[in-house]
Amino acid sequence: MAEKLLMLALSPTMETGVIAKWLKKEGDTVESGDLLCEVETDKATMDYESPASGTLLKIVLEEGSSAAVGDLIGIVGKPGEDIKALLAEPEEPAKPESPKPEKTQPAPEKQPDAPSPETTGEKGRVRSSPLARKLAEMNGIELETIKGSGPEGRVVKADVEKAMAGQAAAPAAKAAAPAPVSGDTVIPVSGKRKVIARRLSESKYSAPHYYLKVRVAMDTILDARIKLNAKASQKVSLNAYLIKFAAEALKRHPAVNASWAGDSIIRFGRVDIGLAVAQEDGLITPVVRDCANKGLLEIEKDLQDLIQKARSNALKPEEYSDATFTISSLGSFGIEEFTAIINPPGSAILAVGEIRKEPVVQPDDSIQVKQMMRLTLSCDHRVIDGAVGAAFLTDLRTLLEEPIRALY
Amino acid sequence: MDLKQTFDVVVIGAGPGGYVAAIRAAQLGLKAAVIEKDKPGGVCLNIGCIPSKALIHQAELIRSIAGLAEMGIKADSAGLDYRKVQQKSRAAADKLSRGIQYLLEKNKVTLIAGEAVSVKPGAVTLKDGQIVKGRNVILATGSSPRELKGFAFDEKRILSSTGALMLQKLPESLLILGSGAIGVEFAHIMNAFGVTVHLVEMLDRILPLEDDDCSDVLAKSFKKRGIKLYTATKAMSQQESDGKLQVLLEDKDGKQTTVTVDQVLVSAGRVPNTAGLGLAEAGVTLDGGGFVEIGDYGQTSVPGIYAIGDIVRTPLLAHVASREGEIAAEHIAGRKTEPRIDLMAIPAATYCEPQVASFGLNERQALEKGIAHKKAVFPYRGAGKSVAIEQPDGLVKVLTDPKSGEILGAHIVGAEATELIHELLLAKKAELLPEDIATMIHAHPTLSESLLEVMRSVDGLPVHI
Repeated sequence: MAEKLLMLALSPTMETGVIAKWLKKEGDTVESGDLLCEVETDKATMDYESPASGTLLKIVLEEGSSAAVGDLIGIVGKPGEDIKALLAEPEEPAKPESPKPEKTQPAPEKQPDAPSPETTGEKGRVRSSPLARKLAEMNGIELETIKGSGPEGRVVKADVEKAMAGQAAAPAAKAAAPAPVSGDTVIPVSGKRKVIARRLSESKYSAPHYYLKVRVAMDTILDARIKLNAKASQKVSLNAYLIKFAAEALKRHPAVNASWAGDSIIRFGRVDIGLAVAQEDGLITPVVRDCANKGLLEIEKDLQDLIQKARSNALKPEEYSDATFTISSLGSFGIEEFTAIINPPGSAILAVGEIRKEPVVQPDDSIQVKQMMRLTLSCDHRVIDGAVGAAFLTDLRTLLEEPIRALY
Repeated sequence: MDLKQTFDVVVIGAGPGGYVAAIRAAQLGLKAAVIEKDKPGGVCLNIGCIPSKALIHQAELIRSIAGLAEMGIKADSAGLDYRKVQQKSRAAADKLSRGIQYLLEKNKVTLIAGEAVSVKPGAVTLKDGQIVKGRNVILATGSSPRELKGFAFDEKRILSSTGALMLQKLPESLLILGSGAIGVEFAHIMNAFGVTVHLVEMLDRILPLEDDDCSDVLAKSFKKRGIKLYTATKAMSQQESDGKLQVLLEDKDGKQTTVTVDQVLVSAGRVPNTAGLGLAEAGVTLDGGGFVEIGDYGQTSVPGIYAIGDIVRTPLLAHVASREGEIAAEHIAGRKTEPRIDLMAIPAATYCEPQVASFGLNERQALEKGIAHKKAVFPYRGAGKSVAIEQPDGLVKVLTDPKSGEILGAHIVGAEATELIHELLLAKKAELLPEDIATMIHAHPTLSESLLEVMRSVDGLPVHI
């Protein structure tokens, strides 16, 4: 009996997917578990494994086309089998038979796109009253974006009305955007761009950001790096050093390695540092796990692996979600200093500027040329108070300027 | 009674607002005291809701004699001794008042017998000069029956609701001024015990605060039972002659009638008990009607002084007072609570037969205010149970938002209306939509099926009509 291949939710937030590439063609034999095609989701390109063995009888969704989760993309069965009925069948009733994504795809423990731990989860599971759901639907508001004020965080009418009032302010900005005239290019917003837009807006609107700046003399680290790299088979990037020393500083300041959870603050038991990596069509933050317990070489190895996957769009959700702290560096782009937007669920992000030689007045009033780097720490004030953020950042500076202190 | 200590909360008045506030405060770990000049339980329990329900229950018993006769049972009501009826109502009130004392003790609330004569932040002075110290004061002094000009209460000929509850002997005839809940409940009671009842209402219908359709069903039933209704009519004056009272009535066209009765019951609303407490001196702001002005959580204009129940401008109902008491206590204890009660989700209940119950918007208000609404009505007789128990007169009306389906108001007149209303109120509070009730299986046969049907009717698909 021929089986339908349906678009699966390959990440918990995925609603539609685009076939990036078919790896099998019609008539090919497939085993259950074989890779059938690559699907571009809202965040990454995922592999689609065949749920059944047989012959790929029909490709319904061509490369480059998109389909909603649950839609038919192809059919697997015995050669010569009559599949007309399956193709003609309305898709609705077939949906319940479709393999549940939870079964075929080990869902990451936490939702990768969760803007913060307080988000309730997948669409159907947002606690809400029937009236709130109806009003949200009528007004085109996504329930997931609303924080509930009812019993156990249930979204109620008042919450939806508040969200509507918030939206009413937004159209002003929309209206200000000029209608495209000839010569303008209208670029449709991709799924990934939508996620980036939503997450960053949520972070910036909900987390009260403040910024701390220091200048760090990088001469010692740079000298050491040159010496070590000259002798080592594996070269270590400056990013790996930054991650390592940030992890050391976070170990000393656990209050910075934490998350706002509405009625509680979660202090993470592990230091997982994300590094913002630019992609052609956006950016992503692959995460080096457990940095506090890894050596420089191990961090470097993880980093190279992740960056390569990031550039080829091959990161899995568990490789880019739930950083407890994030580093973003625009130094290689020639930026002196900048401020970054916090990447939830973390509560702080370190913005790293370029290293350049500057005259620095020394304690004895002499002037020396030093290799200076500017660091800007964005903190969520709900979690990290000014003095706490300041203690962390000045400690990080001390560690970078006198790396031997990391042994203390 | 150790009054040297400083309480966290001192509540003035142990009615359904005050005793609930004190108990909730104590439950939340606060040291609470409640000052009461009379018996715990307030008007509601001692001279209001509870004894009147005891009378209504007995009125129902005597009304059931007619049903017995249909079965061939000859029951003789000639031996009726109203004194015994009244005593039973007192017994119910006394029992429950002792219950309140027990609850206060159980929750370690200090009950202070005394009358508050002055209030200021941090302290309440009693009539005997004692001072009760409390970091917070909750005013819960309740209300008293309103007097009408020319009809001063003497509780012999001209009665307040208190006097009516204390009657040991039935009058032959009674004129009731005001047809709110208290007026129609006494009309029902007295009529059941064979008193000739004249019910006078200044507005153009009885139970004027209820939905017109509910009011009409009740009026029809009352007329059938021989209660004389005078709507759009004012009582001008009264004079005693030959041991009777002659009451001069005038309708809206200026036509005058004189009705001769034994007694008059004035049930024309209630006034807040806010005088004699030194509130103005304390800086507590009152409005023109003598009600205390409050902000969120029942806070008055003076920090540390709260007001709840009949002395604030929310409906003068025991259950409203209780909820306001909880909110004030929770706020004092630093708990998260709602700043104000939702006026659209307060049940009103009138215990005449047929009963009337409602909450939220009624049709007249919706039309007057131009609020978009969809109306669904289902008659009691469509629910088989109502016919089986010989209570087919009644209806359920629901107003919903035409777009979202939100329940805006519900109105029931008929048997058990005061119990039935809560399913709809729960739906309102939980923000359920009509289809949630329309698709919920209701037991058959029940009166509650009429709620299922009225919700089906919202989408135009009732089955049993």
